[in-house]
Amino acid sequence: MGLLDYFRNTRPSTAAIAKERLQILVAHERSERNKPDYLPMLQQELLEVIRKYVDVDQDAISVTMEQDDKREILELNIILPDESQRKKPTKRA
Amino acid sequence: MARIIVVTSGKGGVGKTTTSAAISMGLALKGYRTAVIDFDVGLRNLDLIMGCERRVVYDFVNVINGEAALNQALIKDKRCDKLFILPASQTRDKDSLTSEGVGKVLGDLSKDFDYIVCDSPAGIERGAMLAMYYADDAIVVTNPEVSSVRDSDRMLGILASKSRRAERGEEPIKEYLLLTRYSPHRVKLGEMLSVEDVQDILSLHLLGVIPESKAVLNASNSGIPVILDEKSDAGQAFSDVVRRYLGEDVTHRFIELEKKSLFGRLFGG
Repeated sequence: MGLLDYFRNTRPSTAAIAKERLQILVAHERSERNKPDYLPMLQQELLEVIRKYVDVDQDAISVTMEQDDKREILELNIILPDESQRKKPTKRA
Repeated sequence: MARIIVVTSGKGGVGKTTTSAAISMGLALKGYRTAVIDFDVGLRNLDLIMGCERRVVYDFVNVINGEAALNQALIKDKRCDKLFILPASQTRDKDSLTSEGVGKVLGDLSKDFDYIVCDSPAGIERGAMLAMYYADDAIVVTNPEVSSVRDSDRMLGILASKSRRAERGEEPIKEYLLLTRYSPHRVKLGEMLSVEDVQDILSLHLLGVIPESKAVLNASNSGIPVILDEKSDAGQAFSDVVRRYLGEDVTHRFIELEKKSLFGRLFGG
């Protein structure tokens, strides 16, 4: 190690920062990549249907698609509000 | 049957055309009949890098449209008689490349050639998609830099899902990483992603590392593929890449900083 390197090493390496940022980003983008195109639309429409009956938040629904060797799993996760906050289903005419 | 190689990257300016020129020349020098095709319709540049810009009469789109025969459009390289260049059209719009047209030209070339190198344009528009669609092998040219690495990963996703091999459920395209404009000096200073860093992120088979080199600009200035500059580091690195691609076991070079003098060691950098 050269004389100047001794002083340089006090700074964090930008290459290390770049690597960390890329690892996070690439992992995220890869997980998005294999999702079918219709998922956001499906999520939106499901939300609309559920909101007819239960007052859920915009982000209370998550739709995920997972894949393993043999099958694809479409997972639908709805977080319902507490009993007290629920609105009663509106009766249809 | 020819083997079709796409040289791709997503990001522009990383060295796709330099690589296409060098590798096609390298394969031809090894005795393989090689065609190199410029897919960058509207922004043709392979002819300039290969030094045959004044010999272009017909182009890729003329052949697709049946306005010229393939052997009229192919330009035989003056330095190596196994190498032929098919230039891109400079005036037509990008829509003139059609999947069927490209497929037919590649099919015809396959009968006469051992290797077809497709020089992809940057981006993920039609030219880039068609350049990779029929490929058997992909050389993903990447700079050790965040946007290039990210775009390369995006390109890998496209290779795995949008190619003919993927659509037909055949054996996937073989993907190789070519890291270009590499500076061991800056890597040592912690200013540049290392080969290992990029491999950790992309998990690709490393075909080679091309060092940042004055020889590359000198070569393009003169219209001589840099692989012909046998004395230069980049030229030697590309020769290694071709040998590795052909299955030889060649030790990677130009990754480590060369041993420095006492003066260099004392002052670092």
